[in-house]
Amino acid sequence: MEAIRTGRRGGADRTRIGADVGGTFTDIVLQTADSTLHSTKVLTTYDAPEQGILAGIEQLSRATGTDLGEVDQIIHGTTLATNALIERRGAKTALVTTAGFRDVIETGTESRFEQYDLNIVLPEPLIERKDRYVVTERLNARGEVLVDFDDDGARSLVEHLGEQGYESVAVGFLHSYRNGVHEQRFRSLLKEALGDVSVSISSEISPQMREYERFNTVCANAYVQPLMASYLLALRDQLGAIGVDCPLYLIHSGGGLMSVESAAEFPVRLIESGPAGGSIFAADLAGRYGRDRVLSYDMGGTTAKISLIEDFTPRTAKVFEVDRRSRFKKGSGMPISIPVIEMIEIGAGGGSIAQVDALGQIRVGPHSSGSDPGPAAYDRGGTDPTVTDANLALGRLHPDTFGAADIDLKPELATNALSSGVGDPLGLDPDTAAVGISEVVDENMTNAARVHAVEGGRDLAGFTMIAFGGGAPLHASRLIDKLGLTELIVPSGAGVGSAIGFLRAPFAYEAIRSFYTTTDDFDYVGANAVLAELTSEAESFVRMGTATDSSVEPETIIERQVSMRYTGQGWEIPVRLEDGDFDEFAAELLAAEFTKAYLEFFGRAIDDLTIEAVSWAVRVSSRQEPPPLVETVEPTSTAVSAFSREMYDPALDARVPARVFQRSDLAPGDLVAGPALIVETQTTTVLGSHHRCVVQPDDSLRITRAGGEP
Amino acid sequence: MRTADLRNQVMWKRLISVVEEQALTLVRTAFSTSVREAGDLSAGVFDTRGRMIAQAVTGTPGHVNTMAAALGHFINDIGPERIFEGDVYITNDPWKGTGHLHDITVATPVFYNGAHVGFFASTAHVVDIGGRGYGPEAREVYEEGIRIPILKWVERGNLNRDLVTVVAQNVRESDQVVGDIFGLAACNESGRRRLCAMFDEFGLSDLDDLAEFVFDRTRKATMAALKSVPEGVYTNQMTVDGYDHTLTLCVSVTVAADGMHADFTGTSPLSKFGVNVPLTYAQAYFTYGMLVALAPELPNNFASLEPFTVSAPPGVILNAQHPDPVAVRHVIGHFVTDLCLGAIASALPDRIPAEGSGALWNFQASARAASADDPKPPVELLMFNSGGSGARPSLDGMTATAFPSGVRTMSVEATEQVGPIIIWRKEIRNDSGGAGRQRGGLGQIIEVGPTDGYLFEFSAMFDRVANPARGRGGGGDGAAGAVYLDDGSPFPTKGKETVPADRRLILKLPGGGGFGDPAERDPAAVANDQLQDYVTI
Repeated sequence: MEAIRTGRRGGADRTRIGADVGGTFTDIVLQTADSTLHSTKVLTTYDAPEQGILAGIEQLSRATGTDLGEVDQIIHGTTLATNALIERRGAKTALVTTAGFRDVIETGTESRFEQYDLNIVLPEPLIERKDRYVVTERLNARGEVLVDFDDDGARSLVEHLGEQGYESVAVGFLHSYRNGVHEQRFRSLLKEALGDVSVSISSEISPQMREYERFNTVCANAYVQPLMASYLLALRDQLGAIGVDCPLYLIHSGGGLMSVESAAEFPVRLIESGPAGGSIFAADLAGRYGRDRVLSYDMGGTTAKISLIEDFTPRTAKVFEVDRRSRFKKGSGMPISIPVIEMIEIGAGGGSIAQVDALGQIRVGPHSSGSDPGPAAYDRGGTDPTVTDANLALGRLHPDTFGAADIDLKPELATNALSSGVGDPLGLDPDTAAVGISEVVDENMTNAARVHAVEGGRDLAGFTMIAFGGGAPLHASRLIDKLGLTELIVPSGAGVGSAIGFLRAPFAYEAIRSFYTTTDDFDYVGANAVLAELTSEAESFVRMGTATDSSVEPETIIERQVSMRYTGQGWEIPVRLEDGDFDEFAAELLAAEFTKAYLEFFGRAIDDLTIEAVSWAVRVSSRQEPPPLVETVEPTSTAVSAFSREMYDPALDARVPARVFQRSDLAPGDLVAGPALIVETQTTTVLGSHHRCVVQPDDSLRITRAGGEP
Repeated sequence: MRTADLRNQVMWKRLISVVEEQALTLVRTAFSTSVREAGDLSAGVFDTRGRMIAQAVTGTPGHVNTMAAALGHFINDIGPERIFEGDVYITNDPWKGTGHLHDITVATPVFYNGAHVGFFASTAHVVDIGGRGYGPEAREVYEEGIRIPILKWVERGNLNRDLVTVVAQNVRESDQVVGDIFGLAACNESGRRRLCAMFDEFGLSDLDDLAEFVFDRTRKATMAALKSVPEGVYTNQMTVDGYDHTLTLCVSVTVAADGMHADFTGTSPLSKFGVNVPLTYAQAYFTYGMLVALAPELPNNFASLEPFTVSAPPGVILNAQHPDPVAVRHVIGHFVTDLCLGAIASALPDRIPAEGSGALWNFQASARAASADDPKPPVELLMFNSGGSGARPSLDGMTATAFPSGVRTMSVEATEQVGPIIIWRKEIRNDSGGAGRQRGGLGQIIEVGPTDGYLFEFSAMFDRVANPARGRGGGGDGAAGAVYLDDGSPFPTKGKETVPADRRLILKLPGGGGFGDPAERDPAAVANDQLQDYVTI
């Protein structure tokens, strides 16, 4: 267990728990009434994830003397829904769709995600063809009925679905984002005849245009719904049984909290909720430091995740891909259209395996040795060289200071693996092989960050990096050099950042709907109606959460946005809307706003071209007190250390003596000049010769480059 | 390997990332559907001699070496002594660029501390290029639009306003076209800035050593990959429907120790229509086929492309000469990959797939008011659709998936949002994959009709109706394509035709060929085909 000092903020004086169930570890954070954070990591219990949570909570409760009855709130994020999709462990599910469109989720984009591979395997549809059924009905693009709903046909289909014993049914009809009447009709027929079957309809789950994404989303929801509903209820019961009877909330992929009831109905919104916690953690820190442009960098055992945070808010997207089967390649997964914190994830973690390709080049990842067998140095049977093995050989990690108590690093095993896997094939000594691995994985992450920024129309110059997760502090100072950034912050509690992020999240819900109109012929009445509906939908979700939390102010923040593009373009730019309804002059104003945003993205605008409004979003969130500001401090003393060890510094291409510090020995105002290693339980922060670090009032490490002061 | 090599490796990665960023920026800003949905664009970085060091992987193989070859023409036509800092060059010459006028290539020289160190170039398909509009109807390239020779768009930072005006006055949608040209120049500029920052970071003063490293590594790997095909001459011949007459495509691939050469002698003569293929474009699809079969992991650059050469006598459809019409050269050009893969199949029996549907079945129509006194404006419609791909030696073919093109389809809902069209059906076509130990990919059935008082003036270019994709190694042929109206009346597969306001057009897209003896198919796979209705007979 680890105690983390942190500033007080809203929601303080209350006892709260964050529980993040990840692929390998379950992280639990307990915030006690004095605002101290206590954390623990326990192994995830796959078959019954609630067991790991309960064990972690009880452990923290004992260690801190906290009475579980005093806990005011538990916030939970889980990869369970994601895993159920990836491992195909969901319910027996049918898809019911418009006649003529049985195969939308199978034919997808009709393209190959990898141009240079004759043997790619396209993503398997979540619902097999034999479980996909059609109903005669059709709406047009304006949501008007083109072909009447075939009631008789639907009734006999319902009967068939009952006979086949489906546990869950997804309903997705064409253009239902404009008009859900036929989907609702099918649902009521189904509920009438088969009361206990679970039903998800696309006009509620994801009313966005583009049938491939929407149908996939409703299928995913239906597929995991029975499992998630029963899991959430079991968790609540068992928490009650150990004396925790406070409200339980779920963190969703958009980075807000939702009630258990909402989560059980819309479990697809829980996908990617763990990583969302990490971005909230970074956004909160960005707020404390007043940094309006932040690159959030989270590196664990298998992957690195990078997201952009501007104006203290993580960037969000309306669609993402889950279960990318092929090396994290775009298009090799399943698109899900829900509001999600936008991030890029690449196969670069401590366990990523290095090998030599046909060109005689070192490749790192995307394959990972995971935690079992793990890097060669773990002595658990792994023989492939990994990033962790390279870090050990380069002196960045050391058996004496490696955090995990149950792992005894064996440098000689790392050396052997580095030689056999990379060094021997290339005629390099193992240390040089380690340099190569380290440089390649750093370059991979650097390039991913740059590409992600370009995709969002951003240049990274002037961004501050916030690094967390077990692997990030080892690589972050090298990454800021490569990216040309001048400031890096490594917060305390970096190893359990996501779970801490859960405690910083507001109650929030984003409702999105497609509604097509153009500036030439702007339907302001329709747009007003859509925005009003979205607002009330999002508000009702937020109220379901806030109603049980007396500490939250009833006042909410409403943010409205429309995605627009020039006619003919395929990419939309979000434009923020002012408060108030549109009138007949709205088109001109919107066009001006769009042109401004377009100029910002691309540096040029095009005159006289029609602008299309494609989708509308309203985010309602509970008002949060701003986090307490951290005044960055200059050094008041120079930290000293009696220990040093040799470490490779890539900037000098040489081994240098690096001073070793225990992070817990450092105090605010301490200056640590590179080359240095700052070690703590869950990670090590590496400073090159030209880096300097000043410990901040909140114990964060603020690292800058000599000659690169912000 | 030395640490210098490690550094070079990191810099190589960086260069690839720079050109990927360049390409991404283009996709975001480009106006044409084929850039967005088909990845019909390219971006690359070159040394001072015009040798390509890195290229972004984009959607279409058509740019594979056309782009690489283009820079040589730029240097030659501009003249090395007239290359200045701040210049930007342009062309859309089909024979010096990427095979038709719609692709505009922009090249930008890079200077570092006053010295010329290399070039960036990028290509994108623009929405219009003047002339008769996009289609096969022209009889000469002059009718297909404006041809921009290799010229300076910008000289020493000064925009050539005369040229801008000439282009703007000769195309429809001039804002978008000129906008895209500026977009190409801007993405080269961002590449230039990134390259200069990389020079600062790594302390470089030129690209020469890095280029040699890249070429040396690539050359060795390419040569090693070539060894998997025994030296010799391999031939193949494939018959496809063609546009105005049936076409026989012939290839003879000569494999030597240092390269592969494809000769297309024997191929049918040119068409009167714009489906003719400049040889540079045929070379792209040949090279792509060989690389994807032999060395899929090699990044494209001068050294990986150099060993692949082509020839063809003048007058054959794969060697169009100026002023032959070439606007829709992809319709025939896409078959070159299957043709050349088929040639080396005997040498690589466990690697080469059966033939697939090959050419795309694009739905291209102009919707017009059905009644002459109806003032509704016409709407242009474009949808990309793919048939089945050929079965692989160890995997079934891919259903409704493009090969060799990298095109994506558009959403039905988005298409209906934009124009007066209803897509009544878009579904897998049962029983259309060739039988085999591995089954061919299935085609699809599409049913479309006009709405809101419109009719379609339809531009049909559908192949593999008379000549289905052939199976390999004992596998059966894929189903042939078919086109008709919903009243059963036949509909031509080539040329302009009208779909009346009250009719629907039905397209049955071809399936891919099967691989291996159908009797050897895994019984579980046979049963699953039946269970899922992929096979109903």
